[in-house]
Amino acid sequence: MAISTVTTESNTATSPKSGQGHPYKKMYSKSRRTALPRGADAPDFTLRSTPDQWLTLSEFRGQPVVLAFYPADWSPVCGDQMALYNEMLKEFHELGAELIGISVDGAWCHAAFARDRKLHFPLLADFEPKGDVACRYGVYRDKDGVSERALFVIDSEGKVHWSFVSPIGVNPGADGILSALEDLQNKQATPAIAEAK
Amino acid sequence: MINRAQLKVPDPERDHIQGAIDAPIALLEYGDYECPSCGEVQPIVREIQRRLEDDLCFAFRHFPLTNVHPHAEHAAEAAEAAGNQGAFWAMHETLFANQDALDDESLAKYAAGLGLDETRLIQEVISAAHSDRIREDFKSGVRAGVNGTPSFFINGQRYDGARGLEPLLAAVSNPAGII
Repeated sequence: MAISTVTTESNTATSPKSGQGHPYKKMYSKSRRTALPRGADAPDFTLRSTPDQWLTLSEFRGQPVVLAFYPADWSPVCGDQMALYNEMLKEFHELGAELIGISVDGAWCHAAFARDRKLHFPLLADFEPKGDVACRYGVYRDKDGVSERALFVIDSEGKVHWSFVSPIGVNPGADGILSALEDLQNKQATPAIAEAK
Repeated sequence: MINRAQLKVPDPERDHIQGAIDAPIALLEYGDYECPSCGEVQPIVREIQRRLEDDLCFAFRHFPLTNVHPHAEHAAEAAEAAGNQGAFWAMHETLFANQDALDDESLAKYAAGLGLDETRLIQEVISAAHSDRIREDFKSGVRAGVNGTPSFFINGQRYDGARGLEPLLAAVSNPAGII
């Protein structure tokens, strides 16, 4: 049962317009249905990546970016999720993408977490105003004061190519991210092939 | 060409398997020798194999989280290197039984204890002779939706239930019922 529930939620998260009026609709929290969908402009932001450095999304224009919102440093599921992505960096880079983690934790907390888990990608502090970026991406959980466990693949022009909100206790893995990045790569490759012909 | 590693069922052409490949039930595990949860589930897997006997085909693929488990990669290399000397499963068991001692010196000691050529084994470990295969295992797992270890697939279907003997045995015994 648990599995089928997860699948249903996932589908809805991927294509927010489907499932309108479906009996399952009531089960979703509002924020899940408001995650920015494919085609939306990815709101730009500047957040601390370390206690004395800042990172701006638009600096990555020209290449895909994977934004991984997660509820909190140190919680076991996040740990596994970030540990998995840490091992996947090579694959993400091969697909031309950069990975960025975001939570409402402060920069010093992120620094300790990243050091402990040997993370080799930036963790941004959506700390002040708290959860502001998560709100703008439609993935803030007001009641809990943390973001959803949400993934966005942003294309080289700064548009959302794929988004996914996982049930908060479930590590979404990386297969969806890889498929989205490959999809982007194929799209880029297609015009070149057409030209060659 | 099909990338055989992407199949979520054991493949005799590339996987380490125990039991007959045409057994009615196929259990595929993605695991990490330094992961405590994998160590805990190991006796359970062995018990399931004992109970199901010829009805089960078991396969193991590597899914080392090398940043959190600094010895996991070399341990996986050691298992593969032992496999080159016909002793993959013996090393597999040894590694899970000694999760707190997986440094290179210990790996060499285990090889010697299993009667293997320890010099050859440790050379393969240090030179990362099997890194491509380990990476292929890892990537196939990510593709299949593996998000941590251990992860199980029963006849190609991901198992997300509890990892105790009873639930896992029930799921394995009734593969059609796992969804």
